[in-house]
Amino acid sequence: MKKKKSKNFIIGATITGIMLILVMIGCIWTPYDPEAMDVNLKLSGVSLSHIMGCDNFGRDIFSRVLKGSGTTLFVAVGTVFIGSFFGIVIGAFTGYYGGILDEILMRINDALFAFPSILLGLVFISLLGSGKYNVIVALGIAFIPSFARIVRSEFIRCKNMDYVRSAKLAGAGDLRIMFVHILPNTMNVMLSSIMIGFNNAVLAEAGMSYLGIGVQPPDASLGRMLSEAQSYLFSAPGYAIFPGVVLILMVLGFSLLAEGVKEN
Amino acid sequence: MKYFGKKLAGLIITLLVVSFLVFAAFAIIPGDPATAMLGTEATPERLAALREEMGLNDPLMVRYGRWIANFLRGDFGTSYNYSMPVMDMIREKIPVTITLTVMSFLMVVLISIPLGITCARHAGGRLDRAVIVMNQVIMAVPPFFSGILITFFFGLILHLFTPGGYISYTVSWTGFLGYMFFPAVAVALPKAAMAVKLLRSSVISQMKLDYVRTAYSRGNGTKAVLYRHVLKNALIPVVTFLGSVLADMVAGSIVLEQVFNIPGMGRILLTSISNRDYPVVQAIIVCIAFLVIVINFIVDLIYKVIDPRISID
Repeated sequence: MKKKKSKNFIIGATITGIMLILVMIGCIWTPYDPEAMDVNLKLSGVSLSHIMGCDNFGRDIFSRVLKGSGTTLFVAVGTVFIGSFFGIVIGAFTGYYGGILDEILMRINDALFAFPSILLGLVFISLLGSGKYNVIVALGIAFIPSFARIVRSEFIRCKNMDYVRSAKLAGAGDLRIMFVHILPNTMNVMLSSIMIGFNNAVLAEAGMSYLGIGVQPPDASLGRMLSEAQSYLFSAPGYAIFPGVVLILMVLGFSLLAEGVKEN
Repeated sequence: MKYFGKKLAGLIITLLVVSFLVFAAFAIIPGDPATAMLGTEATPERLAALREEMGLNDPLMVRYGRWIANFLRGDFGTSYNYSMPVMDMIREKIPVTITLTVMSFLMVVLISIPLGITCARHAGGRLDRAVIVMNQVIMAVPPFFSGILITFFFGLILHLFTPGGYISYTVSWTGFLGYMFFPAVAVALPKAAMAVKLLRSSVISQMKLDYVRTAYSRGNGTKAVLYRHVLKNALIPVVTFLGSVLADMVAGSIVLEQVFNIPGMGRILLTSISNRDYPVVQAIIVCIAFLVIVINFIVDLIYKVIDPRISID
């Protein structure tokens, strides 16, 4: 019998679905050129032709939000990809083999845990320089420890289970056991931690771009828009509110999805 | 006492590992401190002399040893950009960031514990359901955006504080703490929401256990069971959680310093990152890591008080 999906899952999937469609539309079409400036429309409010109004350079906010969410999403996906890929490899080897390498890597992991991911990202940015791709690398590296930790504990849990033993008896090599047998069994835990990681990546990217050391212009980014909007909070509150709400919806959709996955 | 000693040893080891990692990260990057100080116009002889003088030709471990010894004495090195001791640059900023972090940490504790217990007691009720929905939304709001919203509503519309009107603690402590209140709320909100959620589910699952039934059967009322028996057990995962979000709260403080125009460590960190002023970045990062590790250590000790069964492993 098909299990009924939880309410969280449905709401989360709906919000995420709408956000993804908007981002995809933003990749191929925006109502206006996100970079086109028009002095006459400076900080103009919501209207039929500009549904979110215009920013301090007279650029259409809706177009910029579409482009900016694309950038934010792109950075988040890249970050989670790097973090989870290396996290899985490191976690799998340390969890499966244990020993001295495991000890050393986990001590380093513990030490890195003392750094908030955004701060670790800042350290790497100061080493690499800012820009979209450097943010992905910086945050990706910063996210490795948390993924490695989760994968490692899953591998420790699974490595003595019967199916692993029988695979061993059937003559499977270590690599095959790790990545063909154990890894698919950790998918449930991995899936929800990937979604949580995704959220943290969105928040970290937005935070870094807000601070001005993340995505650089001319790339639009929600965090950067918010930092520019702050100076016009009183005259054009919509400039800050729309990108902010989109950011919230993006995170909310994924966190509800993650919860739904856990419940199902 | 043995617990304390072992934890203290762990603390010192972690501090050393963290500081070494940071030191090594900044030591292996391309770019030479001597060139950074003298500029690209300097003659090779001048550069070589300065490198020798700064000890840059020594092995990494020797340099680290010297650096950490100086660090512990309060000598954090010299800024490339301002040619002044890093310590003088950050001395007055450290209390600002610490105050913001500690204030928001206290807020998380003061909001989440009563609210979590109330929600668990009336699980399924109207208040509980409202709090669950609100929690879910608050957790999705990035702290800097809640900071912007707070500035807008409480600062610009209700005029409860002047945005950007930071008052230094050297001028007035009450003014300082008053200004720090709203930034602290912005840092605390998402973490408080998570803590409420965790405490609520923790209390609810504890209430189903046998010892609770035994306590009831001995004639205890709900309040007595809840406060004398359940709470101690239910708080354990919450304390773990609070320890683990602390690092995030320090980072949150640094971002919120930007939103509210507070001259704390965050501001210098950001300008130093864009100027590639590595000694300053290095010192601030290590200071923040030390702060997090030390507060974690205190949390561990509190842990032991709540649950004496906890051992070192």
